[in-house]
Amino acid sequence: MTRCDLNETMTQLPQDNATNQETSPVLSVRDLQVHFKTHEGLIRAVNGVSFDVPRGSIVGLVGESGCGKSVTAYSILRLIQKPGFIAGGKILFHPQEQSSFDICQLSEKSRQLFEMRGGLASMIFQEPMTALSPVHTVGNQITEAIMLHKDVTYQQARQMAIDMLSKVGIPGPQRRIDQYTFELSGGMRQRVMIAMALVCRPQLLIADEPTTALDVTIQAQIMRLIKDLQAEMGTSTILITHDLGVVGQMCDHVVVMYLGRVVESGPVRQIIHHPRHPYTQGLLASLPSLAMEHAQLPSIAGSVPNLTDIPRGCPFHPRCPHAKEGACDVGKPPELVTLLNGQCAACVRVNEIEHE
Amino acid sequence: MSDQTAQPILSVHDLCKHFPIYSQGLLKRQTGNVKAVDHVSFDLTQGKTLGIVGESGCGKTTTGRAILRAINPTSGQVHFRHDGQMVDLAGLSNKQLKPLRRQMQMIFQDPFASLNPRMTVGALVREPLDIYHIGTMKQRTEKVKQILARVGIRPEYSTRYPHAFSGGQRQRIVIARALILQPALIIADEAVSALDVSVQAQVINLLAELKEELNLTMIFIAHDLSVVKHICDEVAVMYAGRIVEKAPTQQLFAAPHHPYTQTLLSAVPNPDPDVPMNLGVTGEVADVGNLPNGCAFHPRCEHCEAICKQTIPAQRHTDNQRLIACHLKPTLDEQSHREHENETANGIQVINQP
Repeated sequence: MTRCDLNETMTQLPQDNATNQETSPVLSVRDLQVHFKTHEGLIRAVNGVSFDVPRGSIVGLVGESGCGKSVTAYSILRLIQKPGFIAGGKILFHPQEQSSFDICQLSEKSRQLFEMRGGLASMIFQEPMTALSPVHTVGNQITEAIMLHKDVTYQQARQMAIDMLSKVGIPGPQRRIDQYTFELSGGMRQRVMIAMALVCRPQLLIADEPTTALDVTIQAQIMRLIKDLQAEMGTSTILITHDLGVVGQMCDHVVVMYLGRVVESGPVRQIIHHPRHPYTQGLLASLPSLAMEHAQLPSIAGSVPNLTDIPRGCPFHPRCPHAKEGACDVGKPPELVTLLNGQCAACVRVNEIEHE
Repeated sequence: MSDQTAQPILSVHDLCKHFPIYSQGLLKRQTGNVKAVDHVSFDLTQGKTLGIVGESGCGKTTTGRAILRAINPTSGQVHFRHDGQMVDLAGLSNKQLKPLRRQMQMIFQDPFASLNPRMTVGALVREPLDIYHIGTMKQRTEKVKQILARVGIRPEYSTRYPHAFSGGQRQRIVIARALILQPALIIADEAVSALDVSVQAQVINLLAELKEELNLTMIFIAHDLSVVKHICDEVAVMYAGRIVEKAPTQQLFAAPHHPYTQTLLSAVPNPDPDVPMNLGVTGEVADVGNLPNGCAFHPRCEHCEAICKQTIPAQRHTDNQRLIACHLKPTLDEQSHREHENETANGIQVINQP
């Protein structure tokens, strides 16, 4: 067993080497720590998360509520607010045709951070009704983003906004651009959000549960839209979701999180067909599927512990069917180890389980 | 007596709930109706679970509430068996309704909102017994302990407050509270939607067990088809206030007949990346305040013909058990039959797991 080679890739950080940039990941998160100071104590919402976003691919960040997937994503755009703070780690961003930088090192008010947000990297939020302004027209909100990042006139920006709206499949964009968000349906609002996020052609898109608030037929439409635009523009994407169905249909790579840590990561087919970590296995098994007959659903015992009270050793051990006394409940949490085919899992018993 | 079990415990007939739309300005004239529930009919026999599925705004929650008289239906009858007689709930006064209320309980979606944070779990679960003055205090406490143990909450936790429990545990408490009066009918409105996957499976299993054990009659309202498939005996698919298809669960999922049911089923994303899903779904959910003429689904239906734009399709029984509201049913049936022969149950295989 070798330690996951994530740290090795970190040492060969591409500086200004153009050829290297083609193949290198667009984003590398290394040992990220995000803590929240609360009166119940220090909450380690993200506790040593490392993963890569390969250029042009969709990476799914999956896990149950409280696993730290959203906090991870918010830290990439430095959107963590007090009492939260980034306590450690690196978020290395390698945009094309620009030099790489560590997002964690940027100062709160720096020009670079300002240009990155909405320009090089942008975000789609879960609830379009709360993320969009109710007192500005759709056009106002999109052109604002363009004018901030591109050197264009208002008229040009407005035209770009109309083009983008028609691209995300909004009928009659000339008319819609002057409407307010309450005049649009939920699906349309989410399309506006996508238009706003992609109008400056970001190199990194973070989509935080973009379809969770939508109905299943609208979800299918939005999923296709994101996938099509992503392929067309080559935008590298981080997709945060708790729905493994969405992951299977959208993502190239999957990062599974539990209690602020990555428990498993790898190519989507590996993770879905051959999950190695007991948590991923449990998660996949407990999905009620349309194909299954009436039967007892396999479920993961217990519930997600409170973040103030993370179990010793492997954080999953109290719920794990394979947990072994003396191996799983002591010492430090297991580290991610590389397995075959680019799959990594954080489980000390990963090979024993395979043969059980 | 054997006859009685076959008789429905609940019989909903032509249930409508219309919300008026008023014009702006001084006169506030009524300009239209939001037909949230429109001519919904179904029967439910003792011990069976009916699933009501559909997208947001299709009227599934309003149907549930109108049955319980949490809102008053505009028209229609809700016959409920009480003391061996069928009583029309829709026609009763609030006072007449009170003794019947203990026979019908609701499980709500959000266990963070449906439990009073200032009451202990014991008091919350005991409250229904207090209201109906059932038993002595000692008996009540005993009963609370029993039911908490049954739903998987340690009885010694009954002095704690809801905030000390996780979402899944709270939903168990909500279930305990609904069951303590031994109701004849349970309406579960999105009872597992707010829960995480791993916990959701536990609660589904609990509901399924309780259903078997207590011979519960349940209406299970949900938007998640795979959850419904797991727990229901029969499923009604609603679209824009109407039931478009109703069939026993196995039949509905094996061969959905209505084009909307087919769309809905094929839009559920499958975790297996090698199983393609239907991403070609078009159009938006119909606006119930401004319905299209004819079949409400016709603007999104790929089989749409002239008649669909003119008249609202009536509900028809295709066989004893399946009910469908579609003009083109016979022709579509032939098509699906042909496909069926080509590749067995192709429709469902598209979304199957390996």
